[in-house]
Amino acid sequence: MTRLPENNRPQNNLITLQKRRQALYGWMLMAPALALLSLFAFYPTIATFFSSLFSRGTTRHPSVFAGFENYGDLFADPTFWTVASNNLIYAGVTIPVSIIFALIMALWANAHIPARSFIRSAYFTPTILPMIAAANLWLFFYTPDLGIIDRITGFFGAEPTNWLGQPETALAAVIIVTIWKEAGFFMIFYLAALQTIPPDLREAARIEGAGRWTYTRRVLLPLLMPTTIFVFVNALINSVKLIDHLFILTKGGPNNASKLILYWIWEMAFAYFDRPHAAAMTMMVLLVLGIVAIAQFRLVEKRTHYR
Amino acid sequence: MTVQKPFIQIENVSRVFDGNNGVHDLSIDIPRGSFVVLLGPSGCGKSTTLRLIAGLETADQGRILIDDQDVTAVPPSKRGLSMVFQSYALFPHLSVAENIVFGLKVRKCDKVEMAKRLANALDVTGLEGLENRKPSELSGGQRQRVALARAIVAGHPLCLMDEPLSNLDAKLRHSVRKDIRDLQQRLGITVVYVTHDQTEAMSMADIVILMKDGRIEQAGSPADLYLKPATSFAAGFVGSPPMGLLPATILAPKLLPIGARAENLIIGIRPEDLKLQTKAPRHADNIPAQVVSTEFLGPETFVYLAIDGTDGATARLPGRVHLSPGTQVSLSWAGAAAHWFDRERGHRLSAAMPDDATQTHSVFLHNDPAIPTL
Repeated sequence: MTRLPENNRPQNNLITLQKRRQALYGWMLMAPALALLSLFAFYPTIATFFSSLFSRGTTRHPSVFAGFENYGDLFADPTFWTVASNNLIYAGVTIPVSIIFALIMALWANAHIPARSFIRSAYFTPTILPMIAAANLWLFFYTPDLGIIDRITGFFGAEPTNWLGQPETALAAVIIVTIWKEAGFFMIFYLAALQTIPPDLREAARIEGAGRWTYTRRVLLPLLMPTTIFVFVNALINSVKLIDHLFILTKGGPNNASKLILYWIWEMAFAYFDRPHAAAMTMMVLLVLGIVAIAQFRLVEKRTHYR
Repeated sequence: MTVQKPFIQIENVSRVFDGNNGVHDLSIDIPRGSFVVLLGPSGCGKSTTLRLIAGLETADQGRILIDDQDVTAVPPSKRGLSMVFQSYALFPHLSVAENIVFGLKVRKCDKVEMAKRLANALDVTGLEGLENRKPSELSGGQRQRVALARAIVAGHPLCLMDEPLSNLDAKLRHSVRKDIRDLQQRLGITVVYVTHDQTEAMSMADIVILMKDGRIEQAGSPADLYLKPATSFAAGFVGSPPMGLLPATILAPKLLPIGARAENLIIGIRPEDLKLQTKAPRHADNIPAQVVSTEFLGPETFVYLAIDGTDGATARLPGRVHLSPGTQVSLSWAGAAAHWFDRERGHRLSAAMPDDATQTHSVFLHNDPAIPTL
C-alpha cells in the first residue's frame, strides 16, 4: 500500500484486497474437506498409480520402473478375463434384480394391508445383519443334502446339489445372497419416497380413468426416478465393493468361477503379496468407476428434473 | 327445477368410519345444471359425501344415482365426472399441458380432438403461454386454474370440487369464486362444491346443503338459510358475524310467543337487526348489555356485547361507532327479526307472537344520534 503509483486509484487496490480476502475465506472453508480427501482419497490414488508402475521388489531384485508392464501382464492373464466377466454378470444381475425386488416390496409394504409394519421389518432384517453373518446363514442353506434348499428340492425328488462347490452354480449362489441382502435396504428408500407422494395424486389419476398399472407407469415411476437413480448408484458401488460373503461362501472358487475383482485384488495384494499388480488392477477399477460416475451425473442432470 | 328428474340422487346412504365421522342415512337430490354447495364445519361429513359421489368411497348402504344410472358400485372413472382437489393434485413431473390432457391420454383420445380440447381449456382458464411450465413453476392461483382446466377438458357434465379455494389468499379467492361460478354457468355443468366457508357458500350456490355430524341440517337457497334458518346450528353457522343466540329466559315475558315457556326457547337475532341505545331509559322490553369491544371495518362496525347469563351477541352498525368498552347499552329489535328455536333439539319454531309484542322503540331510537341504525 505504501508504494502506490501516483495515478493509480486507491479504490482499485481496495477491490483486489477484498477479492483476496474472499479467496482466503473460500480456501478456509474448503480446508477441512480438502485435507481429509487428500489424506484418504487423492494421496492413496496417486500412490497406487505410482506403485502400479514399478516391478515387484524382492531382497535380491529391488523394484524398478516398469512402465505399463504390470497392466500388460494383467491383460495377458486369463484369470483377469474370468474375474472381469464374473463381475459384469454379478453387476448385471444384482443391480436390476435387487432394484426391481426393492420396488415391488416397497409398493407391497406401502399398500393398506394387515401386519404392514411386520412385513416392513421382515423385509428390512437382512440389512441389519452383517454380511459375514448373513453369509454364514446362507452357508447352512446351501449345504449339500442337509441345507434347507436341498431339503426342499429333495422333497420333490431332486438329487443333492453342491450349490457353492461347482462352477456352474457358484456365482449364481453368491448373486442370490447379494440380492437378498440388498433388496431390503433399497426398499427402505423406495418406501420413504412413496410416502412423500400425496394420496391425492392416486385419486386424481383414478378419476381421470387411470388404472393401477397406468398410474404406476405414468405417475409413480417418474416420481420415484430420483430414488431409483440414488439406489442405482448405490447398487453399482456395492457390485464392486461388496465381497464380504465371498470369504465365507466360496473364496472365489471353484476354479475362479465366483471370483470378483475386489476379491482378486485383495488376493493379489495380501495373499500373494503382489502389490504392483494389485495396484494396476485397482487403477483400472478406479478408471472404469470414474467414467461410469461421469456418465451417471450427466444422465441424472438430464432425466430427473422434478420439484 | 320442474318435474324433471334430479341429476344426482343420493338415497339413504351411510358411510361410517371407525372414528365416528362419516355420513348417516343421507338423502340428497341435486338438479341438473345447478351449483350445489356442501357446507359445514370440519368433520361434518361434507367431504365424505363428495367422495361418495366421486366413487372414492363406497357406501356402506344406500344408493347413489347419477343421471338415472345406479353408480353405487361403479368405479370413479366410469361415472362421467371430474374433480378438483383441495391440494389440486397436479402431477409434479408433468407440464401444464400434460397435466390437463392426462385423462384424455389415458382414455386414448384422438390426437386432433385432444389438441382442440386442450386449446379450449387453456383459453377458458386463461392459461395460454404456460403450457410447458411445470406445476412447481406456477403461482398458487395458476395451479388452481390448471386443476380447473383438467376438470373441464373432458367435458364431463358433473364437476366435484373439494375446497378448491382454501389454499388461495383472500383477494384471489374472491375473484376465483366469481370465475368458477361464471365457468359453471357458461358450460352448463353441475357442480358439487365442498367448503367450510359460509361466505363462499352464500355467494356461489344455487342450493346450500348445510351438514353437521354426518346429517343434513338444512338444504335450501342461500336466502332460505339466512332468512329462515331451520335450526339454531344453521342460524349460528350462516352469516358473519354469526347470529346472537340467547336463552329466552332473559326476555320480558310479554316478548315471548304465545303459550311458550321461556326455559324451552332460544331467541336468535342477526347482528344487523340489533339496535343499541346508550341514553335510553331502562325499559322492561330491552336487554341490558355491556360493550366488550368494537371492530371498525370501514363501512360498518361490529360491536361485541356481553349479556348476563348468555354467551353474548354481536351488533352490526353502519359507519363508525364510538363506544368504549364497558359502556352500558340496552338492546332492542323489531319483533319480526327474532328467530325462535327449541332449546333442546334446536329446531325452528314458527312463533305466534302476541299482538303487543311488536316492539315500538322507534320513539327513542331516533333520540340517540350517537348510534345510527342500518
